[in-house]
Amino acid sequence: MVNNEIIKQKLSEKFGDAVSNFEEPYGLLTFEAPKELNLKVLQFLYDDAELKFRFMTDLCAVHYPDNKGKELAVVYHLHNLEDNIRLRFKIFTSIETPDIFTATQLFSAANWMERETYDFFGVNFIGHPNLKRVLNVDEMTYFPLRKEFPLEDQTRIDKDDEMFGRGGSIAYN
Amino acid sequence: MVEQHHITLPEGSIEKQTTTLNLGPTHPATHGVFQNIVELDGERIVSAEQTVGYIHRAFEKLAERRPLYQITPLTDRLNYCSSPINNMGWHMTCEKLLDVKTPKRVDYLRIIIMELARISDHLICNSIVGVDSGAFTGFLYVMQYRELIYEIYEEVCGSRLTTNIGRIGGFERNFTNTAFEKIEKFLNEFPKVWKEFENLFLRNRIFMERLQNTGGISAERALNYGFTGPNLRAAGVDYDVRIHTPYCSYEDFDFSVPVGKTGDNYDRFLVRGEEVWQSISIIDQAYKKVQAFKGAEADVYHADAPAYYLPEKKDVYTKMEALIWHFKIVMGETDIPKGEVYHSVEGANGELGFYLISDGGRTPYRLHFRRPCFIYYQAYSELTQGAMLSDAIITMSSLNLIAGELDA
Repeated sequence: MVNNEIIKQKLSEKFGDAVSNFEEPYGLLTFEAPKELNLKVLQFLYDDAELKFRFMTDLCAVHYPDNKGKELAVVYHLHNLEDNIRLRFKIFTSIETPDIFTATQLFSAANWMERETYDFFGVNFIGHPNLKRVLNVDEMTYFPLRKEFPLEDQTRIDKDDEMFGRGGSIAYN
Repeated sequence: MVEQHHITLPEGSIEKQTTTLNLGPTHPATHGVFQNIVELDGERIVSAEQTVGYIHRAFEKLAERRPLYQITPLTDRLNYCSSPINNMGWHMTCEKLLDVKTPKRVDYLRIIIMELARISDHLICNSIVGVDSGAFTGFLYVMQYRELIYEIYEEVCGSRLTTNIGRIGGFERNFTNTAFEKIEKFLNEFPKVWKEFENLFLRNRIFMERLQNTGGISAERALNYGFTGPNLRAAGVDYDVRIHTPYCSYEDFDFSVPVGKTGDNYDRFLVRGEEVWQSISIIDQAYKKVQAFKGAEADVYHADAPAYYLPEKKDVYTKMEALIWHFKIVMGETDIPKGEVYHSVEGANGELGFYLISDGGRTPYRLHFRRPCFIYYQAYSELTQGAMLSDAIITMSSLNLIAGELDA
């Protein structure tokens, strides 16, 4: 049976210090890798005879505007269905060159999930067969889930109900 | 003399051997806002391209400015055929983050509601497959039991479709006697109806020939496409979140996970049908377990977590403590702890996951929904390649696509 320790050990053996920040929040193994290695790590987790992470549960991005040079995180949730163990794998990229490799060759499921991530965060998945917007209109020129877009129009002065999470003063930008 | 007008046709449209057809966005056979641009060679589909997003409402963005209890109504509108499962999945995600332990009775009550929701979802899906293959009767017949399920929701939480049922930590009030009577009525009457429904379809030759060997997918492809739920099980993979990662005390129940073999429309229909039987059995077990609680335990309907559980309104008006907690929760003065949590439940059409990142404020820093049908709808063009147009319609309904969940 694979457990978090074995996964950690195998990853460290293969990638050395490149994989880092191992954590286990709520029992789920979480780690980071440099963005150039994302596909290599995914492929290793997929191919290894013991690890067998061959099911992509989820892929999404998170925007950390204060994290200079590493503003965007792309988060993969993988599942080994045979041994029933999950892991979370993160890569960080700068917002100026948000280019990372696509996982569509490995997982067909990644196709739309990557399109969604592109649509909302502008992550450019190199090698994706059809990287265009999926939920928003094609004409849209920005990436709406980034933190620089506040939820409500901050120039409005007729609304002053900060208590309900709408006020301008707590905006992230 | 009438002047002759010439229509300028797009280049290549005369020589083109195939027909382009727009199925949707508003087409009666799509049961929701879906658009499929299909290329037809006669009646055979050469290729299909899906366009989604017509009812995208930016829930993930909205959730970044809502305290936890205000996000529940957003989850209603994902898979609106089984909103209670989404609501409870969300409550459980919050409880995991906030480290709130729910009492057993709350878990069992939740299971009753979640399994009722699963039944009502499968009722719609399977009867719609009937409608699309030309059998309308079954659809109307089971509708009265969906109505009974909705009456149970109504008795428990006051609403029917977008339920906003329960709260973080439990339910807003104890189940009334009427609610239990209705659950009992459902348990007594529904099995006969479901049996009759199955008699109409299961061995019906026309129905079988329409469904068998259409829209099939292999287990390997289904896994690669991220299929979950009945669609994956129809392809022969016995993955069920209720078994693999038990939540809400599912480990206390005895039920089996039906699997199919070919992953075609007929197997999906069979798997859903059998899951309804399993759900009936789970509700029956849970109902008995709930009835077995005696004394003070029989009145427990929420966890003891005053900082997060919205108190009952009548207490807010009469008790100081309740008033204070109510104020703090509603005015957003309770910060949630920092953390990252992924929690998933077995939704009616697959693994519904919530990925919640909190930076310690009162709203999530980021919330992502893993919507099962967004992920498996990608496979539609592969499923329908070379199929007849009329089979593609059935494939669409048997996949149980819900536009609200697809577009979030």
